[in-house]
Amino acid sequence: MGYSFRTSPTAIFAALIALICLVCALFAPWIAPHNPFDLATLQLDNARLPPAWSVGGKSEYFLGTDDQGRDILSALMYGARISLAVGLASVVLSLLVGVSMGLLAGFLGGWIDGLLMRLCDVMLSFPAILVALLIAGVGRALFPNAHESLAFGVLIVSISLTGWVQYARTVRGSTMVERNKEYVQAARVTGVAPLRIMRKHVLPNVLGPVLVLATIQVATAIITEATLSFLGVGAPPTSPSLGTLIRVGNDYLFSGEWWITIFPGAMLVLIALSVNLLGDWLRDALNPRLR
Amino acid sequence: MFAFIVRRLAQAALVMVTVALISFMLFQYVGDPVVFLLGQDATQEQIRELRQALGLDQPFIVQFWHFLANAARGEFGFSLRQGTQVSALIAERFPATLELALVAGFLALAVGIPMGVYAALRRGSFLSQVFMTLSLLGVSLPTFLIGILLILVFAVTLGWFPSFGRGDVVKIGWWTSGLLTAKGWHHIVLPAVTLAIFQLTLIMRLVRAEMLEVLRTDYIKFARARGLTTRAVHFGHALKNTLVPVMTITGLQLGGLIAFAIITETVFQWPGMGLLFIQAVTFADIPVMAAYLCLIALIFVVINLIVDLLYFAVDPRLRAGKSGGH
Repeated sequence: MGYSFRTSPTAIFAALIALICLVCALFAPWIAPHNPFDLATLQLDNARLPPAWSVGGKSEYFLGTDDQGRDILSALMYGARISLAVGLASVVLSLLVGVSMGLLAGFLGGWIDGLLMRLCDVMLSFPAILVALLIAGVGRALFPNAHESLAFGVLIVSISLTGWVQYARTVRGSTMVERNKEYVQAARVTGVAPLRIMRKHVLPNVLGPVLVLATIQVATAIITEATLSFLGVGAPPTSPSLGTLIRVGNDYLFSGEWWITIFPGAMLVLIALSVNLLGDWLRDALNPRLR
Repeated sequence: MFAFIVRRLAQAALVMVTVALISFMLFQYVGDPVVFLLGQDATQEQIRELRQALGLDQPFIVQFWHFLANAARGEFGFSLRQGTQVSALIAERFPATLELALVAGFLALAVGIPMGVYAALRRGSFLSQVFMTLSLLGVSLPTFLIGILLILVFAVTLGWFPSFGRGDVVKIGWWTSGLLTAKGWHHIVLPAVTLAIFQLTLIMRLVRAEMLEVLRTDYIKFARARGLTTRAVHFGHALKNTLVPVMTITGLQLGGLIAFAIITETVFQWPGMGLLFIQAVTFADIPVMAAYLCLIALIFVVINLIVDLLYFAVDPRLRAGKSGGH
């Protein structure tokens, strides 16, 4: 795998970009030139400054400022931090739910399998964004005066509840193959409990495709989060993700302040594209037939 | 064939009842209509009376039955936010969304299929590689960003197209159409292109993959061996057989278009159902959400049924095996 990585320029390039984004996100409070949420440092005469290289730009605000005088570059780093955190959390949650459901369905079969797979069919027949929106809406109705942390909880749950289906299907397929292999039979004969067989014996053998899927789902989750935030039902304006930044900047598009919305958009595409390319490479690298 | 249709109808009915059940639960348990109608400081007596008047004290199954009967007549009660009938709100918005989705769907097919065919027939040519790269970009760009970029380039910078609203509409009965005025067409360009791009890339990739698959089969080799012209082989034999899976996906995509219209309508302030739904989600307007959910489910189910029936018209193998499909 190391060899395949070193010989693939696309993978190296994608990994490099993903790494830069990750570092920016992780260490935003320390490497960002300004703190966009510190109201004391904001000055209104610095509002809506263009990027440093165009006329009227200041070098201290490299990518310009937004309507409240916040530095776009710093807001990007903090926004990417929130986008990545929500994206990763939802992938982990949907992975846990999906893999357990898939293992149960594939290993036990019978009516559990039937029920779970019909549920998957119904979920898959609707676009993910619609399901996520619906769950977000229900969350809003249930907790009308939602606290900020609760808003993120609803956001993560709504994204992961649309994502688990893919894992469940993949894992169910591979589990049904593994179930009949000799090592599982041997474990059964020696009296290992079914749950333990699933966890200790079947699970490690079905994780390959799940890993590929999870990588690609990180990109999907980040884009879903951005879409929900753009539509106004995602991350609150007080702790903006990339989608919220785009939503806010969209209002200033017509007065010519394109940088407020285009830079967060570009950052989003960079993250999604690099993660997708990494996922593609991982799929090929893990596929023994292509090696 | 008859058994197949009956089974499909039963499946469709099951999906509809499931969705209706979800909507009903939303109605009944998420946004409590009694608290909403009476306000926070109602007395126990008032609450009890209203519950009785609304039939909320009846058993679950009876209430669900009433809900189904009302839903079948298009009655979903009143919008919590606007106070008007949900059915009227949706009827007012429906034409805008359907016109947008149809124009976008047509655009995606009319551009996507030729591009896919070209990319398959001239594999490795420069233009094909441009198409493939563009399609990768189209899949990676979220819909709302495509819309914003189009607005920035064609509305703000170049000023060629307007960026919000439907323009002039003509009223035909309860239907309002923007497709009969020049201004309406002018307004639909950017939203329709935005909505079409994602579907277009999907259709293009699908047509290309299917076409490459079909071109490898024996009957194509045989057709070539018989000395048919390349044109006849490509378009008479290969393309025709490519279109069966394309039809399935397109059918599903039309439903997807209506759902994705939510995003496009928000970007372009297009006065359709999607915008209505987003406002409903933002303000937790449960009756509107429930009605929208049922309507979308109905559209999906009907499209799926039509696609299944079209199979019989297109694929002779299904008609020959009368055992009732798979």
